[in-house]
Amino acid sequence: MIVNKISLLVGGEAGAGITRSGFLFAKTCLRGGLYVFGANDYQSLIRGGHNFYTVRAEAEMVYSQADTIDLLIALNKETILLHKDELVSGAGIIYDGDQIKVTKEELARGDISFYPVPLAKIVKELEGPQIMENTVALGAAIALLDYDLELLDSVLRDTFGSETAELNIEAAKRGHSYTQEQHKGSFGYRLKKTASAGKKRIFLTGNEAIGLGALNAGCKLYAAYPMTPATSILHFLAPLDREYKMVVIQTESEIAAVNMVVGASYAGARAMTATSGGGFCLMTEGLGMAGMTETSPVIVLVQRPGPSTGLPTYSAQGDLRFAIHASQGEFPRVVIAPGNVEECFCMTIEAFNLAEKFQIPALIVSDKYLAESNGTSEPFDQNRIGIDRGNLITEYTGTEEYRRHKFTENGVSPRALPGTKGAIVRTNADEHNELGYTTEDPTLATRMADKRFMKLDALNKELENIETVKFYGPEDADATILAWGSTKGPIRDAMKFLGKEGIKVNYLQIVYLCPFPAAKVQKLLQSAKKTIIVENNQTSQLSSLIREHLLTTVDHQILKYDGRPFNPEALAQSIKGVL
Amino acid sequence: MMVTLDDLKTPKTNTWCPGCGNFGILMAFKKALIELGLERENAVLVSGIGCHGKMVNYVNINGFHGIHGRVLPAAQGIKLANPDLTVVGFAGDADQYNEGWGHFVHAIRNNIDMTLIVHDNMVLGLTTGQATSTSQQGFKSKSTPFGVIPPMLNPIAHALVSNGSFVARGFSGDMFHLKNLMVEAIKHRGFAYIDVFQPCVSFNYLNTYDWFSQRVYKLEEEGHDVTDRKKALEKALEWGDRIPIGIFYNKERPTYHDNLPHVKDAPLTKVLTKNVDITSALKEMM
Repeated sequence: MIVNKISLLVGGEAGAGITRSGFLFAKTCLRGGLYVFGANDYQSLIRGGHNFYTVRAEAEMVYSQADTIDLLIALNKETILLHKDELVSGAGIIYDGDQIKVTKEELARGDISFYPVPLAKIVKELEGPQIMENTVALGAAIALLDYDLELLDSVLRDTFGSETAELNIEAAKRGHSYTQEQHKGSFGYRLKKTASAGKKRIFLTGNEAIGLGALNAGCKLYAAYPMTPATSILHFLAPLDREYKMVVIQTESEIAAVNMVVGASYAGARAMTATSGGGFCLMTEGLGMAGMTETSPVIVLVQRPGPSTGLPTYSAQGDLRFAIHASQGEFPRVVIAPGNVEECFCMTIEAFNLAEKFQIPALIVSDKYLAESNGTSEPFDQNRIGIDRGNLITEYTGTEEYRRHKFTENGVSPRALPGTKGAIVRTNADEHNELGYTTEDPTLATRMADKRFMKLDALNKELENIETVKFYGPEDADATILAWGSTKGPIRDAMKFLGKEGIKVNYLQIVYLCPFPAAKVQKLLQSAKKTIIVENNQTSQLSSLIREHLLTTVDHQILKYDGRPFNPEALAQSIKGVL
Repeated sequence: MMVTLDDLKTPKTNTWCPGCGNFGILMAFKKALIELGLERENAVLVSGIGCHGKMVNYVNINGFHGIHGRVLPAAQGIKLANPDLTVVGFAGDADQYNEGWGHFVHAIRNNIDMTLIVHDNMVLGLTTGQATSTSQQGFKSKSTPFGVIPPMLNPIAHALVSNGSFVARGFSGDMFHLKNLMVEAIKHRGFAYIDVFQPCVSFNYLNTYDWFSQRVYKLEEEGHDVTDRKKALEKALEWGDRIPIGIFYNKERPTYHDNLPHVKDAPLTKVLTKNVDITSALKEMM
């Protein structure tokens, strides 16, 4: 009997409520005190096709999805056939036996238990909508796992309006009773409430965490054009605009979004936009304008595989170099890559602070896997990072004319906002003088370019006190993994697997990619016996950054660029393969 | 404190060609600012790229000189961030009607309370003479040596059918009339748009001061009803020996901010010193 360790997959056609039901199961586990990771896999279509959502729930922290499936909820037969080889020995399948006929022979294995439940019949009895079949299946899953049905009820109550909730609770109850009667005690996995049940942990996606970070940081304007997988930030913030007294606006294009955000930033509002690679292509000119006008937009780039439209609903890390170099000319910027939901939250706040403090654009680089997977976290500390709006002057008392681009010791000019008494605030995408008037003077042009890059020195100094890299695992290890962004989850789980086999690896997560924390990385790499890069792209862009900044090459690269994230056990095997 | 012409002067030497139609627009704008009694600190001039873009160098008020075609999103961002500011966008015909066309109709729909003034000389000037979308069919330029093939764009008509709440056309050769249009436009509650005929003395040999002077007539002198969109559209389609200037349409409708009561008394630029409480949003995640 395996207790409090389950990997469940819900699969079916698009439009069948797959993500929703997976999410409901995940939250039911969360409320019983388990750590949960939920990941969705869907195609670029609205109906049909094959979608699935995986939930991994354990008593100890889980960082990523599991490689295998213990319990499969199949809302169509295709789901069974597509995932049969991922099932562990002793796995179970919940499906509607009236509608799906499946045999052991078809699966070509005899170690799987079938749990047919009349999903459609039960929904019909209740006169509910077809989509409710998945709730019946959830009730069945709770019964098989001998888990607490009331936890599911509470989740249903909080998710749906009262009438719909009651109908769903009844549906779950009937699925539960049927399964108890027909299949009681036959499944080898159990879930039990743990000591931390009722602990208010949070379960959220990377995009939601970025949205929360923006709210907490006082972001007052969010402008965006829908693009998967960045859209859910827009969906998250739009209904909250009234409560947080902000403006959320869907613009006519990404070009409009970035220019609007830069305009708002010039006017003095904290402003953000988000997009994926294609939209970011359109934003590059506006990004450069932010560099030139010394404004402070925060831009979230949620990567998906390219080039071009690529795999629109899948994940990749192919835009790292693009983010670092996007737009013509040279100007300082900050590029931050969070690796889990908590980092998404914290680093969004940091991005706003750094952008305003150094009057530069800040980029947060995420990807579909991080953006749309749900992770468990303790509730975020709302006051840990604070708000730092930099050298912002609300009153100008100087005797000479206010100079928006004044030369200073660290390159950062005192920032007045338009509307400030006594200050005329002028900025310019053309090269300009301190007052913001256009100039073509070679000496002034050099001086202004130098001024902008002086801010980079100041920024680098500031970053010494920020966790620009993170280090995990034993100091003395056989190998050091180097990675950035969303690979963090699978890497940390892979390290657990390797640890159990007595293989010691440590992991250096590079959080700030630009400016590159060369000194910190170099120091940590000095004792590395062997270096392995793990990255979701084809050319290992992190390797090239390391070569550029440290004049050294890494020993091995484990690269995956099929749009899917690393699975932790498979990754552990790959790491073993190069040791 | 009343603003004077002297206050609005800048140290920058004007580099427009002698006789450029932009001078009329510049002077009309300064006079409009003076007449409206706006404080320099509370007005923002946003410009794009092209000869018109230099406006930011020649008027001593807040200024944002952005990139080609993007005057409107930047200007709207500024106004959304701080509704207390008076925001006036200046764009060129290529800037707005070519590169920035997409933003044009959407800004008109949004109806954010700001003004857009388009310096329409029917040619690209700063890039030394190519056709734009308002160049007349057959217009020969460096990029169209055999004449422009498609018919010219009608931005006034587009503004009207996009539900524009203030749509006007001025002529830089009639500075006083243009100044009055600007005053009305800035006073208008909502998105106000003025297309301005502005002769390019270097690259548009066709649409000259004389050409315009012989053709333009004032809508207000012919009893045009500015609250009748259909009539306005009829007027917008007039082109040839007689071309109307003045206000085609002027009727207020709810602005973008009217639909955002939650930010009415809380400008987005209010300086925060403390993290915003997100407890209720966090609870949703439990």
